[in-house]
Order: sequence, then C-alpha cells, then structure tokens
Amino acid sequence: MQASDRFNINSQLEHLQAKYVGTGHADLSRFEWAVNIQRDSYASYVGHYPMLAYFAIAENESIGRERYNFMQKMLLPCGLPPEREDD
Amino acid sequence: MDSEIEKIQEERKQMEKKLAASSFTEVHFDTDLYGARDTAGYLQELPVDDEEVDGGVESEVGRRMASYTAPKSLLKEMPRGGAQEDEEDGLGFRKPQPIASREDDYRKRRLSRVLSPDRNDAFALGDKTPDASVRTYADVMREEALKREKEETLRLIAKKKKEEEEKAKDREAAGEDAQQPPAAAQKRRNRWDQSQDVDGGGGGAKKAKTSASDWDMPDSTTGTGRWDATPTPGRVGDATPSLSRRNRWDETPTPGRVADSDATPSAGGVTPGATPAGMTWDATPKLSGLATPTPKRQRSRWDETPATMGSATPLPGATPVTPGVTPLGGVDLATPTPSSLNLRGAIPPEQYNLLRWEKDIEERNRPLTDEELDAIFPLEGYKILEPPASYVPIRTPARKLLATPTPLGTPLYAIPEENRGQQYDVPKEVPGGLPFLKQEDYQYFGVLLNEEDEEELSPEEQKERKIMKLLLKVKNGTPPQRKTALRQLTDKAREFGAGPLFNRILPLLMQPTLEDQERHLLVKVIDRVLYKLDELVRPFVHKILVVIEPLLIDEDYYARVEGREIISNLSKAAGLATMIAAMRPDIDNIDEYVRNTTARAFSVVASALGIPALLPFLKAVCQSKKSWQARHTGIKIVQQIAILIGCAVLPHLRSLVEIIEHGLNDENQKVRTITALSLAALAEASAPYGIESFDSVLKPLWKGIRSHRGKVLAAFLKAIGFIIPLMDAIYASYYTKEVMVILIREFQSPDEEMKKIVLKVVKQCVSTEGVEADYIKSDILPEFFRNFWVRRMALDRRNYKQLVDTTVEIANKVGVRDIVGRIVEDLKDESEPYRRMVMETIEKVVANLGASDIDSRLEELLIDGILYAFQEQTSDDANVMLNGFGAVVNALGQRVKPYLPQICGTIKWRLNNKSAKVRQQAADLISRIAVVMKQCQEEQLMGHLGVVLYEYLGEEYPEVLGSILGALKAIVNVIGMTKMTPPIKDLLPRLTPILKNRHEKVQENCIDLVGRIADRGAEFVAAREWMRICFELLEMLKAHKKGIRRATVNTFGYIAKAIGPQDVLATLLNNLKVQERQNRVCTTVAIAIVAETCSPFTVLPALMNEYRVPELNVQNGVLKSLSFLFEYIGEMGKDYIYAVTPLLEDALMDRDLVHRQTAASAVKHMALGVAGLGCEDALIHLLNYVWPNIFETSPHVINAVMEAIEGMRVALGAALILNYCLQGLFHPARKVREVYWKIYNSLYIGAQDALVASYPTLEDEENNVYSRPELAMFV
Repeated sequence: MQASDRFNINSQLEHLQAKYVGTGHADLSRFEWAVNIQRDSYASYVGHYPMLAYFAIAENESIGRERYNFMQKMLLPCGLPPEREDD
Repeated sequence: MDSEIEKIQEERKQMEKKLAASSFTEVHFDTDLYGARDTAGYLQELPVDDEEVDGGVESEVGRRMASYTAPKSLLKEMPRGGAQEDEEDGLGFRKPQPIASREDDYRKRRLSRVLSPDRNDAFALGDKTPDASVRTYADVMREEALKREKEETLRLIAKKKKEEEEKAKDREAAGEDAQQPPAAAQKRRNRWDQSQDVDGGGGGAKKAKTSASDWDMPDSTTGTGRWDATPTPGRVGDATPSLSRRNRWDETPTPGRVADSDATPSAGGVTPGATPAGMTWDATPKLSGLATPTPKRQRSRWDETPATMGSATPLPGATPVTPGVTPLGGVDLATPTPSSLNLRGAIPPEQYNLLRWEKDIEERNRPLTDEELDAIFPLEGYKILEPPASYVPIRTPARKLLATPTPLGTPLYAIPEENRGQQYDVPKEVPGGLPFLKQEDYQYFGVLLNEEDEEELSPEEQKERKIMKLLLKVKNGTPPQRKTALRQLTDKAREFGAGPLFNRILPLLMQPTLEDQERHLLVKVIDRVLYKLDELVRPFVHKILVVIEPLLIDEDYYARVEGREIISNLSKAAGLATMIAAMRPDIDNIDEYVRNTTARAFSVVASALGIPALLPFLKAVCQSKKSWQARHTGIKIVQQIAILIGCAVLPHLRSLVEIIEHGLNDENQKVRTITALSLAALAEASAPYGIESFDSVLKPLWKGIRSHRGKVLAAFLKAIGFIIPLMDAIYASYYTKEVMVILIREFQSPDEEMKKIVLKVVKQCVSTEGVEADYIKSDILPEFFRNFWVRRMALDRRNYKQLVDTTVEIANKVGVRDIVGRIVEDLKDESEPYRRMVMETIEKVVANLGASDIDSRLEELLIDGILYAFQEQTSDDANVMLNGFGAVVNALGQRVKPYLPQICGTIKWRLNNKSAKVRQQAADLISRIAVVMKQCQEEQLMGHLGVVLYEYLGEEYPEVLGSILGALKAIVNVIGMTKMTPPIKDLLPRLTPILKNRHEKVQENCIDLVGRIADRGAEFVAAREWMRICFELLEMLKAHKKGIRRATVNTFGYIAKAIGPQDVLATLLNNLKVQERQNRVCTTVAIAIVAETCSPFTVLPALMNEYRVPELNVQNGVLKSLSFLFEYIGEMGKDYIYAVTPLLEDALMDRDLVHRQTAASAVKHMALGVAGLGCEDALIHLLNYVWPNIFETSPHVINAVMEAIEGMRVALGAALILNYCLQGLFHPARKVREVYWKIYNSLYIGAQDALVASYPTLEDEENNVYSRPELAMFV
C-alpha cells in the first residue's frame, strides 16, 4: 500500500470492498466487473420510477412485473461464472 | 475529614506499638547485620478516596494538588506527581520518570505479584490425563485454598495472642485501678465483619461516630481501604475477635498452638519453634510488607530478597508457593540462566536512578589530570607548586567511599561468577549495533554482552538471544530499529514460540524502573504477538494477566485503555474457558489487590466475549458458599461490567440484578456494601430505563436503609439515589419521601463520605419529576441549609462542588428567591472560601433561572454582597467572583442602573490598585458588564471608563494590559466608533506600538481591537497609520495561537477594504519571499482574503505578475493564494477561470512537485466553484494537464491530484471521468491497473448511479450475457 493511501478511503481496501460491493481492484476479472455493472444497472432501473415506467411501456408489461423481473435478473445477471483458468 | 483520619491513624499506631510490645512480633535479629528499617514514615494505608468513576484518578490527583496554590488552569495542566517537582532540571523539561515513582503504595503492590509457572492447556491435551508435572487448574485451586487456610490460621494465632495480652492487661488494670474501665477496650474500633446486630447493639453515639468515620468507599479506584484488605497477621491489632469467624482451627487446637498460647507474653519470650517458624515459611514478599507492620520492623532473614544472595536462592519454579519469591525472584523463575544472575543486584529503582545520576556527575566533576591542566594553561607564567606540608590526602575509607561511588554500586558484595567473556565497564560498545543498555537493563540483557560465539550456542539459546536482542531494540532502540524489531517479533512469533517469548517479555514488564514509554512498547509487543500466537497463549494467560491487570488501575487513562485492549484480545485468543480457569483462583485470593484487579479484568473479558457467556459463571461465583471473598469479587465484577460498558448492560440488566440481589442480605458486611454499590452502578449505567429490573431489590434496599448504619447505609443510599430517577413520577415522589427521613437524619453525619453521598442522593431525588417544590421547601430546605451551608463545607473541594451542584438542583425546583435569599447574607461572611462557594452557587442559579424572581430588597442585598465579596477577594482563583458578578449583573439587566455609579467607582478605584491582580480583575469586570451598561444608557459613564482605560494603556504587566485591551474592546463594541471616547484617531496610534508586544494575551486582545476598528471605523484613521499597522501585522503571523493568526489575516482584509488593496497587496507579496513557512502560508491566506474583500480583479493582475519571479517560494505562494482565492470566491470564479488557466497550465507542467500539487488543489477549488456554470471547456483543458499526475507517489501530491479529479467529477460529470478511466482498468501493467481502479473506486463511491448510463458496451460471450439490452429499448 502506498503511503498516500493512509489518509484516504482507499486505506482500508477490504473495508471499502465490504462497504461498497461494486468497488473493484486490480485483479478483478471481466466477468466480475460485468456482474457489478449489471447489478448496478438493474438496481438503478428499479430505483428510478420513470425508468421503470418507460421499460413497462416498451415491453408492454406492468410496472410491478418489470420490477420483479429486474430483481430476479440481479441474481445471476451474466449467467454462471466461467471456469477459472489458473486453478 | 483529614483530621479524623489522622486521629484514627494515630490510634492505630498506638495499637501497633502495643502489638509490637507483645511477644508475637518481637523476634530479635541482629539489627546491625540486617539493618533496622524505620517504617514509621511509610503510608500504612491508602489515602481515603471515594467516587468510583472508572478510574476516578484525576480527582484524586486534583485532591493531592489541592494544598498547592496556583491558578486552576495551571493546576489542571500540571503533570502528575507533584512530589518530584524539585527534581526538575529547571529547564521545564522533565526527565522521564519510571512508572513506579508516581505510583502509590497500593498500586506498587503489583510488583509483589509473582509470575506463576505455566499452566497446562486443557484443550491441547484432548482426553489425555495431564502429566503430573504440569500445573493444572486443580493444582492452582489447591494452592490457593492452602494459602487461604494458612492465612486464616495465622490470623487466628495472632488473635489468640492479642486476646491473651488483653486479658493480661485487663487483669493488670483491674489490679491497679479497679474503678476505671479499661480504656483500651473502649477505644478499639469496630470490625466491619462484625455482624450488624452486635454493631447496633453496642452502638452508643460515640461508637457510631468512630466506626462510621474511618471508612472510605469500597469501590474506590485506588481501591479499598482496610476493610477490604484481607486480615493479615500484622493487622490483627484492629480486630475484635468475633465468634462467627471461628472454624475448626479454633476448636481443635494443635499442640503447637497450645504451646504458644500458653507462652508468657514477655518480650522476646517466644520459642523459636513456634511462631517465627510460621512466620518464616510464609514470608512471601506479598505478605512481608503486611506481615509485620510494626513501626520498627525487624527484618528477618527470611524476608530478605533472594537476589542479594546471587544465584544461591532462586528455586526453580517447581514449587508453586516458592518461599521468598520477590519480584526479582519471579524473574528467576523465568530466566534461570546463571550468567544473567550474577549481574543481578537487588537494587531498588530509586537507587538505580541515584547511581545513574551520580555516575554522570562524577564524570563531569572528576579531578583534572595533568595533561588536561597543561592543555588549559599557557606554558609560561605558571609553575607547579609543592603541596603544603600540612596537607594530608583523604584516607578514611568511609569518606572516600562517599566521594567516589563505584559505578555499578552493588550494595552488598556478591561473589561474582567467573566469566571471562563478560565486559563490565564498557557499556558504550554494545555488540552488533544494539541500542544502549541502561543500568537496570543489565540484569535482563547482560547476557547479550557476553562475547560468545553464536555458533557454539544451542539452537534454543540462539533463539533466546535473538528474542532478547529484538526486545532490547524495541525497548531502547531508535524508532526505525524499534519498528523493524517489532515487525520481526510479530512475524516470527510462532517460530519463536509462546514460552520463550513470554518468559522474556513478562519479566521486563515487572521491572520496577520501567518507564511509561517502555511499558507502552512492551505492551504493544504483547498485543502483536498475541494476535499471531492465538491459542498458543493459553498456558501463559495467567502470567500475562499478572502483568497486564495493574494497567487497569493505572493513573494514566491511556494505560487503562491499553490494558483493556490487551485483556480483550487475550480473551478472544484464549477463549472463555481458559480465561475463567486462569482467573478463577484469583477471585478469592487472600490479597485484596489481586481480587480488585481480577474483578476489573473479568469485566473486560465480559465485554469482549459478551455478558451472556459469562453469566452462569458469575452466578456461581456470586453464590459461593465457601468464601465471602468470592462473593464479593463476583459482585464487584458486575459493578465493573456496569461501569465499563454503560448502557449496553440493559439487555442483561434483569439477570445481572438477579445474580447479585441476594448479596443485600449477605452475612458479610463488605458483601452487602459492594452489592449496593453494584446496584448503584447498574442503575447509573441503565438510566433512564430498566426500573422493572430493579423491582426485586427495592424491598431489601428499603429495609436496609432502616436497619443499617455507617458505611453500608451510605452504599444503600447511593443505590437508592441512582434507582429513584428511573422511576415513574408517582413512585419517585413516594420513595423520595420515604428515603428523605433517613437522609435528613444523616444530614448531621460528621462523616465526609456520608455527606457526599447524602448530597448526591438529595440532588438525584430533588431533580426527579414527581417531587414537588412545596415538599422540598417545607421538609428539606431548613435542615439542608442548617447542616450543609456551613463554612467547613467550603474547605474540601469535592464537598464544595457537590454542595453547589445539589443546591443548584434544588433551586431549579424551588426557584431563585428561596435559595438566594437564604445564602445572600453569607456573601459577607468572613471566610473567603465560603464566600466563593456562595458566589458560585448564586452565579449558577441566576444563570439558569434569571433574576425576575428577585425582589427589590433582595436585589439590594445581592448587589451589596457581591460588591463586598468582589472587593474582599484575595485569593488567586478570581474567576468565580468575576463570573458571579457578571452573571448577576447581566441577569438583572436594567435594574442595575441605580448601582452602576457605585460599581464603576469601585472599578476605577481598583484599576488604580497597587496589585496587578486587582487591576486585572477590574478591567475584566468592565468587559463583563459593558453590555448591561449600554442597556442602562450609561454611555457617558462608559465613555469615562474608556478614557480611564486609555490612560492605563502604559500598563507593564502583560496580563493586565491584555485585560485592559479587552475592556476597551468591549466598550468600543457597545457604544460604537463615533461615540467612543477617546476618539478612535487617538486610540489607534496608541495601539500600534502595543502590537509589538509578544505576550499572547496582549496580542490577541490587541489584534481583536484593531481588527474591530479597521472593520467599523477605518475612516477615522489616516491611511499611513494603517500601512504602519500592516507591517506590524506581518509579525503577528508568527504567533503560535491560531486565533491570533486568524484575526490577523482578517484584519488585512479590513484594512485593504479601507485603504484600497494596492499597498497592502504589495506588502503581502513581498512577504512571500520570507523563509518561514507558517509566515508564508498566512500571507497567502491574507492575499486571498484581500482578493475576496476587494474583488479578485484588483488583486489577480499583481498576483499573476508575481508568478514570474523565478523563485520557488514565491511561485508556490502565488499558487497557494490562487487556491485559497478560488476556495473563498466560489461561483465568482467563473469570471476568472480563463484568466488564470495559462498560469495553471504552466504550473501543472512544472518539474517541481509542489507546483503541481498546489496547482492541482487550485484546480479542485476552481472546479468545485464553477460546477454547472458552463466552464467545461476550460476545465477539460485543465483536466488534461492534471491527469498525467495520477501516477505520482508522494502522498501530498497524489492526494491533491485525486481531489482535483474528484472536483472535476462534480463539475464535468462522472461519465467523462469514467471515459478517462476506462483506458487503464485492464491495463497489462499491474501498477497502472491499481491506480486506475483507485480512481474508478472513488468515482464509483461518489456517483454510482450516474455511471449506469455510461458503462461501456460489453459483448456477450458463449455462456455469459454481458450486454444490457434494456438500454436499447425505444418507444
């Protein structure tokens, strides 16, 4: 860890990861990052009611159904994780 | 109070003399051989102390200080241990003192604890039966039981002796004078252990008086006076034999005891076999202090520390009750290497220090040699004279000894072991770059000096040496040495093993000469090592506790916290079962000190592992039938838990109360007392909730306060006092009335502690909701004022405080008039402390409740009294009178008008007083009442005072001058610049030279006054004068106090506003060239402030022009000014951003780091200021210059750069920064990725939602869906 990090929020990287799930690190894989992106996106759609309404109109579904779908998709947004090559 | 204590102590001395005269302790040894030590000068018991704050040590220190007279502010800051003040070297620096030197006798008992041998780890064994050689829990318990029994026996023997003696005396007395009752029997004090009935039955008034007066709070931090101490043989003098105490030892007298009870009590008539034998084998040092506390203590040879005999005595740790184990003996157990023993002398810490000091002085005062003299004197003109014939050099060995002490100073000669490798006198060359060894370190680290070949040593020894080296580096080394050594110890902890590590560390912590810093470092080592060793520490838990527990009662707050931390970590590492197994034997230890510290440690364990885990154990301990000590400690643990974890006891409140409630009816008085105190602590911790949990104890408490007296009653009252505030209004009022009868009775108690508790309880009762004013007025007030508002109460500081608090609380209920009316006459009392107490009470009451309740008659009396008290004050602590005066005058407001001429007359007269203090008070008073004078329209009077003060500006005492300036400021503030007399144009030139004054108080008041004038009345003074002041102000920027510097830079702003920025700016820009950093920083702030007050466009051209000066300091100063400037002007920055961009471009490309750093912070402020104002083009341009700096490693630079990027995120939006970021998130070089992810993370934390729209489009892979089709939807 760099000396500078002692003073800012990066000083406790583990703590940071625990507190903000979506934060990343140098060893993050493409898959992990994509999962974060997807979940953030769905959370955002669900969080913004106008967005939800827009999607509902576009898909001809009820708003509640859209919300449910998005929440379900947050479980495994990108499918199963790929086999790790190193182990 | 003190007089009473003295009386009691006197009494005890008498007793002990008598005891000494009896045959029991009269064992004669050759005093010339062993040295008769006079113990009369030592403290035999703890100073009385109450108030159980968790470590209410500050108060104790304060009390010790109370006999000194100095301003309160100074006293508070004065370092502890006033007694050593005289050792100071006069430079204001203190040499670090060993911890032991500031400890009282009670705390010093830590040194007499023994590091017991390791115990087995029950978990490690599994199902196996432990080997016979290891110490198991059962062994330890057996030993403890044995110790207790032995103690009991000894006590009984002594008691028997005493009885014999008394009987003999009675007979004698009866023979001599049959009419007179034996006085000795009358004077005997009561035992606390005696059952209450006997106590009450025998109770005459006199008895109650003596018995109640010598107790102190049992839960006091310093711990517990005599009654908590286990009865020890030497103490038995106090004890009245009680029948209940008899056990089988009494009923079946052993032959030996018969023999000595039959022994004639003539002096020296003891058969050597009987008592002394008992004395000797039990003479562990723990007891040695108490065993024979006669004033002239005969030192038996068994008491002698074994260390003086070199390696002769130390018995290896096989026998747990090692005879004659001293603290150093404890070391023996751990480090039995013979080579380390021969350096070990039993040198007490003070002697070490003395020796060290002497050695130092010797070095300087040694006679000059001929060569040195030759070097000093010229070759010619001097000749060497023959010594006169009459001269005889000193030959007397004694005098010679005094003159040149041996450097190592062994008090007794010990035959040294032959060791050629050892080098005694050359400590400066410690091999292998080890730090300097102090004198007292030799006994621990002496081995390291042996020039032995490392290879020849066994691996074990090598390991030991390695540990010792590391420890020495941690203890005495330089910070870098310390750091690496600490890291190595931590990393290799498991490799070294728990045993070797702790056997080295723990004895060091028992070293009597340890200093705070060293202890802190060693404790830190333990903490780190604990973490690594985890379950391996189990066998050493008790040892660690022995050295760490004393930290829990240390004076120093941080030491207490550190101790808690370690014990908490220890219990997490070792687990609850091991902790309980290690501490259980100490719970009913015979030594009160051990029990006290164990209780505190247990409370820490409870807070670390959770109260529920400990509850079953606590329950069992509190119900112990075997010993009252166990019950006492158990209940004390509950008390400590309450104190330690505060309101977190609430979930467990009911079970905790249930565990201890039976203690209220315990047969032992101490247990009853501690139970009540624990309930008080629980109630205090859980306030204002949890009354239902206390339901079960209300009845016994109420019964208790009717049947108990003295100390127990006080504890019960305390408990009730804390429980009543939890109740509903109706119940509270009912119970208050119930308890008030007892309280009013106890108002008269002569006992100080009782007084304090009664006052506290009255305060708590009165402040409760359901208690009405009428009831207080009719039932409490008359008795309260009659008993408490007496002069004597003002003498003790804590009584004083408590009384004031209680009275103020009562006033809150019954109103101002009743209270003030009762005490106002006392403002003219002849005792000054009493007057001060009255004044403080009036001040608080009036400040709380105002003066509308005060009628005209009372008002007259009040002003009259206050004036009297103000004028008559002599002591240094003047603030009480001043504050009181100010509070009353401000509360009365316009009603003061008729008295103002009189008050001002007094002030004027006192301004002219010879004593500086009086003048200062008078000036201070003006600043307090100026506002009210304005309210009363006494402007003429104020003007007059202004002129008077103006005349006193030549004052030479800085403190007084500061106050005079403060008074002038107050007057100027209220009457304004135009009406001020003397006129501002006369006043200000008079202030300019005063600005040169370097005294802090003068500076502060002067700059405030000047700033105020510059702000409001600058036009009254010529511009030239203001410039002159500007130059003076530059000097002020050097001030240490931040307030002064802040006032100064603000004044620059005012002056610039008044006379235009050009001249001021020129002065300030010139000041950027100075060397001092603080000065430059303040100057940059001043420039920024000038720019803010006079609009940036007046300043920026000159400022930017200054950047062309090819000088680092100046350029950085300019950049810093810009940074502050943009911070201050905020949105206004949008007009200037294009102007300064070229300059910032240049700075961001400069080679100098500081340039880039400062420019980055300027960019940050700029970006934050202009966010949303349409300056994106310039900001993106600047971002392109900032971005390459993200790989900087210097902490300040990288911080500034990151903050600049954060600022850009706010101004430009997260999406744009994300685009900058994407290029590096998956860069092949890890270093690059790390930096980019760091930026990404802060971006993510700052604006997570905004990123959703701008994440890159990822292509799907065979199994995984990465795309976000939702975003492509279109209606």
